[in-house]
Amino acid sequence: MTDAVAANGWLGRLRPAEWQLALPLTLAFAAFFLAPLGLLAAVSVFDDDALTRAGFAQWAKFLGDPFYWSVVGDTLGLGLMTVAATALVGFPLALVFIEASPRWQRILLFVIVLPLLTSVVVRTFAWIVILGQEGVLNRAIVALGLSPAPVRLLQTEAGLVLALTQIEMPLMLLPLLGVMMRLDPALRDASEALGASRWRTLFRVTLPLSAPGLVSGCLLVFASSTTAFISQSVIGGNRLVYLPLVIWQQSLVVYNWPLAAVAALTLLVSVSACVVAISAFGRRIGGAPVGVPAHG
Amino acid sequence: MARRRTAADLSYALVIGGLAALAILILTGPVVIVLLTSFTEGRSLRFPPTGFSTEWYQLLFDRARSGQIHRAAGNSLYVAAVATAIAAVLGTLAAVGIARRGTGWARALDTLFMSPLILPGIAFGLAALMYFTLIGLRPSLDLIVLGHVIVVVPFVLRTTSASLSQLDPALLESSASLGAGWFYTFRRVTLPTIAPGIAAGAFLAFIASLDNVPVSLFLAGPRSDMLPIRMWGMMESTLDVRVAAVSGVLIAAVLALMLLMERLTGLTRRMSS
Repeated sequence: MTDAVAANGWLGRLRPAEWQLALPLTLAFAAFFLAPLGLLAAVSVFDDDALTRAGFAQWAKFLGDPFYWSVVGDTLGLGLMTVAATALVGFPLALVFIEASPRWQRILLFVIVLPLLTSVVVRTFAWIVILGQEGVLNRAIVALGLSPAPVRLLQTEAGLVLALTQIEMPLMLLPLLGVMMRLDPALRDASEALGASRWRTLFRVTLPLSAPGLVSGCLLVFASSTTAFISQSVIGGNRLVYLPLVIWQQSLVVYNWPLAAVAALTLLVSVSACVVAISAFGRRIGGAPVGVPAHG
Repeated sequence: MARRRTAADLSYALVIGGLAALAILILTGPVVIVLLTSFTEGRSLRFPPTGFSTEWYQLLFDRARSGQIHRAAGNSLYVAAVATAIAAVLGTLAAVGIARRGTGWARALDTLFMSPLILPGIAFGLAALMYFTLIGLRPSLDLIVLGHVIVVVPFVLRTTSASLSQLDPALLESSASLGAGWFYTFRRVTLPTIAPGIAAGAFLAFIASLDNVPVSLFLAGPRSDMLPIRMWGMMESTLDVRVAAVSGVLIAAVLALMLLMERLTGLTRRMSS
C-alpha cells in the first residue's frame, strides 16, 4: 500500500483519458501515412514531371492506354489465381490440422510458420532454383517423361502463381486455423452420425463455419500477392508486367512521378475495391471476416 | 465412429490428404532446397548440387569481398531494432487506448492502424518517397525507420489487443480502489498480463521490418542500402550463390529466435488466434 502510494508520483496522478494513449500513434499516422497518401493523390494531378502544370493528362494517358488496362487486369488476375491456389491446398491442410493430435499440430504449425519467417527474397530465390532450366521441377518433368526437354517455367504466369502459392500460403493458413481451431468437433461428429458423408459434412458444416477465416485469408493473400514486387519481377522477368513494376519503373527509372502516382493510386483503389468485394461476398456466405491475424 | 467406410470416405481421405500433403511439400520444399543449395560447389544452381562445400559461406563472411552485404545487413538490423522499439511503444499505448471500445472513433482508428497490412505497400513506399523529397529530407536510415514503423505497427497492435482482451477489468478496478494510481496499475497489473502479447508482436514486427521490400525499395539510398534490396540486386544481375548463403544465415538466425520466442511467449499460438 505504501509502495503504491509512493509510486503515485506525478505519473500516477496524471491519469490519462484512454483516448490520449492512442494520440501518439494517431499523430504518427497522420504525419507519415495519411499525409504521404494525400500527397500521392495531389502529385497524380500534375501534367509534367517538374510538377508545375496541374491537370489530368497523366490520368488520361494511363486510362486511355489499353496496355495499362491489361496490366491492371493481369495484376488483379494474379491476385485471384494466387488466392484460388492457396485456398485449394491450404484449406485441406487446415482440415488435416484440426483433426491431428496435439503433437502433430505443433509440428504442422511449425511447418506453416517457417516460410513466413524466411525472408520474401529468400523464398523468391528458392523458386528460381526450383523453376530454372536445370531446376528440380524440370529434372523431375524430364525424368518422368512428361516432356522430352526442360520446359520454360520461369517467366511464366503458372510458375509465378506456383511460387506465390508458397510465398503467401501462411497468410491464408493462419487466419483459417484461428477460426477452424474453435469449431466444435461435436458438430462434425453429429453430421456424420446422422448419415452425412464426409464430403457432405465438409461442404454443409465445416466450410460454412470456416468462412470468416477463409475470407480473412483470401484478403491477406490477395493484398500481398498483388503488391509482391520482387517475386513478380524476379520470377516473372520482363515478360510479365504487373502494376508494381510499372510504379517502380515510372518513379525510379523514368522519373515520371505523376504517372507513377497514377499507377500507385490505381493499384490502391483496385485492390481496395476487390478487398471490399471479397469481404461482402464473405458476409453473404457466412459471417464477417475475423480480425486480421497477428502476422500479415 | 462405428460407421462403415464408404467409397465417399475413401475419396475424401485421398483428395483431402493428397492436397494437404501437396501443401506441406510446397511449404517446406523451397526452404530445404535453399539450405542445400547454399552448400553447393561451384557457380551452378543445379539441384541436387554436384558437390558440397562451404565456399559461399566463406566468401560471404569475408569482410573484404562481401563488405557491401555486411553494411546492408547492419543497416537492416539497425532499422529493424529501432522501428520495432518505436512500434512496440506506440502500438502498446494505442492498443490500451482503443481496446474494448465499441465506439465509432475507436473502431475507425483501429481500421486506420491496421490498414497498412491490406493497402499495397508499394503505393505507400512511393508516397513516402515523394513526401520526404518534397519536404526536403534527404534519404537516410532514419526515414526508413519512420516508414517501417507505419508498416510494422499492426503486428504489435493485433497481438497486444488480443492479450488485452484476456485482462479482467475487475483487476484494474480493485487496483484502483486499493489506492493505486493509473501508472502504478499499468505497470504492476496491465503490463505483466500483456507483456507476452507485446513481445510476440514485437518479434513479428522485427521480422517484418527485416523483410520489408516495398518501403525500403523507395527510401533506401546509396548510403542506406538494405539487405533485401541488396539481395534482390544480387539475384537480378548475376545469379550470385551468396544469396543462398545469406538465406542460410537468415533461416538459421530466425529459427533460433523463433524457438526462443516460442519458449517465452508461445508465439505460434498467438499468431493463429
